[in-house]
Amino acid sequence: MTEPRPLPEPTPVSRPFWDALAEGRILIQYSPSLGRYVFYPRTLAPGTLADDLEWREIDGRGTLYTYTVAERPTAPPWADRVPQILAVVEWDVGPRFSTELVEVDDPAALRVGMRVRPVFCREPGSSTTLLRYAPAT
Amino acid sequence: MAGLRGEAAIVGIAELPAERKQRRPELFTLDQYALLARMVLEDAGLDARVVNGIVAHGLAESDMFVPATLSEYLGLPLDFGERVDLGGATSAGMVWRAAVAVELGLCDAVLAVVPGSAMLPRSERRPSSGPGWYGASSNNYGSPQAEFEIPYGHVGQNAPYAQIARRYAAEFGYDERATAKIAVDQRTNACAHPGAVFHGRPITVDDVLASPVIADPLRLLDVVMRVQGGAGVLVVNADLARRARNRPVWVKGFGEHIAFKTPTYADDMVRTPIARAAERAFSMAGLDRAAVDVASIYDCYTITVLMSLEDAGFCAKGEGMRWVQEHDLTFRGDFPLNTAGGQLSFGQAGMAGGMHHVVDGARQVMGRAGEAQVAECHTAFVTGNGGIMSEQVALLLQGE
Repeated sequence: MTEPRPLPEPTPVSRPFWDALAEGRILIQYSPSLGRYVFYPRTLAPGTLADDLEWREIDGRGTLYTYTVAERPTAPPWADRVPQILAVVEWDVGPRFSTELVEVDDPAALRVGMRVRPVFCREPGSSTTLLRYAPAT
Repeated sequence: MAGLRGEAAIVGIAELPAERKQRRPELFTLDQYALLARMVLEDAGLDARVVNGIVAHGLAESDMFVPATLSEYLGLPLDFGERVDLGGATSAGMVWRAAVAVELGLCDAVLAVVPGSAMLPRSERRPSSGPGWYGASSNNYGSPQAEFEIPYGHVGQNAPYAQIARRYAAEFGYDERATAKIAVDQRTNACAHPGAVFHGRPITVDDVLASPVIADPLRLLDVVMRVQGGAGVLVVNADLARRARNRPVWVKGFGEHIAFKTPTYADDMVRTPIARAAERAFSMAGLDRAAVDVASIYDCYTITVLMSLEDAGFCAKGEGMRWVQEHDLTFRGDFPLNTAGGQLSFGQAGMAGGMHHVVDGARQVMGRAGEAQVAECHTAFVTGNGGIMSEQVALLLQGE
């Protein structure tokens, strides 16, 4: 039997991100003094340690920065989920996001730089929503 | 520029032959430390009592107090104890820290040895620890990897290195025969080094291309083979170097750069921290790239070697694929690289994999590489690479 896949456990720092995903929205942090968005959630801004991080909603659209099609499972919980299409998405607002691609008909047609759109995935048997990505149509 | 004077030297080396299935007795990491310490001291021809410094990584038997536990177990009081936590860059990081401690006069002789066998005696009373597949990722509550990587299956090394290779391909193109040639030339070297796990088993470019895809574009023969082993060096001051048996291998320059943990968050995924580390090492040593007689480049994957050659300045960015096709990387060639097989063909003995490269470079400069000896070999360039091209160390080692 396949091991259960590990789910994220929201923390006091990250909870707004996960709560928003459950509502089909994407909230990430923005630092006015840096003038840029920040991911993943923190208590102080990276680089300057400025205490001005605020939550802002983004549309989550972006481009495919890179990906791989893993023919061998990366770990036992994914043994029945190959090939895994493990991707890094660069949001239009700046930061990059580790994710998986779904709704991919032909992995050979994937291209670095292609447009992608968010897909909100409620994980079965849990209250967790993961943010996966699909090729933008 | 601040830096080393080149007055600390590697005078003893040790590397256990790589074994896929361990035939040696199972030893706790404490006992592996003791064995490797004895080996480097015997190799140097120095008495254990000269040791008054230890740079270590970790102990399976103790999460904390590593230098003190080792000092007590080995019976060696220390004036310098240090723990290094840089993944595959740990070993190279240990060597420069040892050299700095010696040059500051803190101590005379520093053990820098790394156990590489995971075959430990097992308790009959305590259950073995949980799943080992998190690897270099932390699944602890509050860890960024636990929350933002592991739930999507971003775990282990193959996929992120494949992502780096894919991004490289998009920017510069990808010649899979060129990356395959790195594996082939290193295999040729392993066939001249009896301790290598693939000694006696040459391969061709077509063999690499026929090996199964693990995470595209990486194939099985682009990836290291885990083995059981262990390696280490002894770093001493000039007085002890004169008394030691081997040609001293002076630590002339180093650089270290740590940039991120997960490459998703790199400023630029295909321009790696070794660039900054290598630049510092060369300028500290006052040497040009052309002075390098042998290179031992951390090679968890073929793409790691290719990008390290570019970013360390041996060829221009984006030209590595052509460059490796134009150069003979074997011990007989015009750019001898990973002359004991590297981790791809010697095998990766866990955390000791990084020390393989230090030992490879030192062994060549000492003139003790046997069949694989590079003629007139005086200067070695060694790299360590931890995480996923996240933290890197460069060393320049030189004989007189």
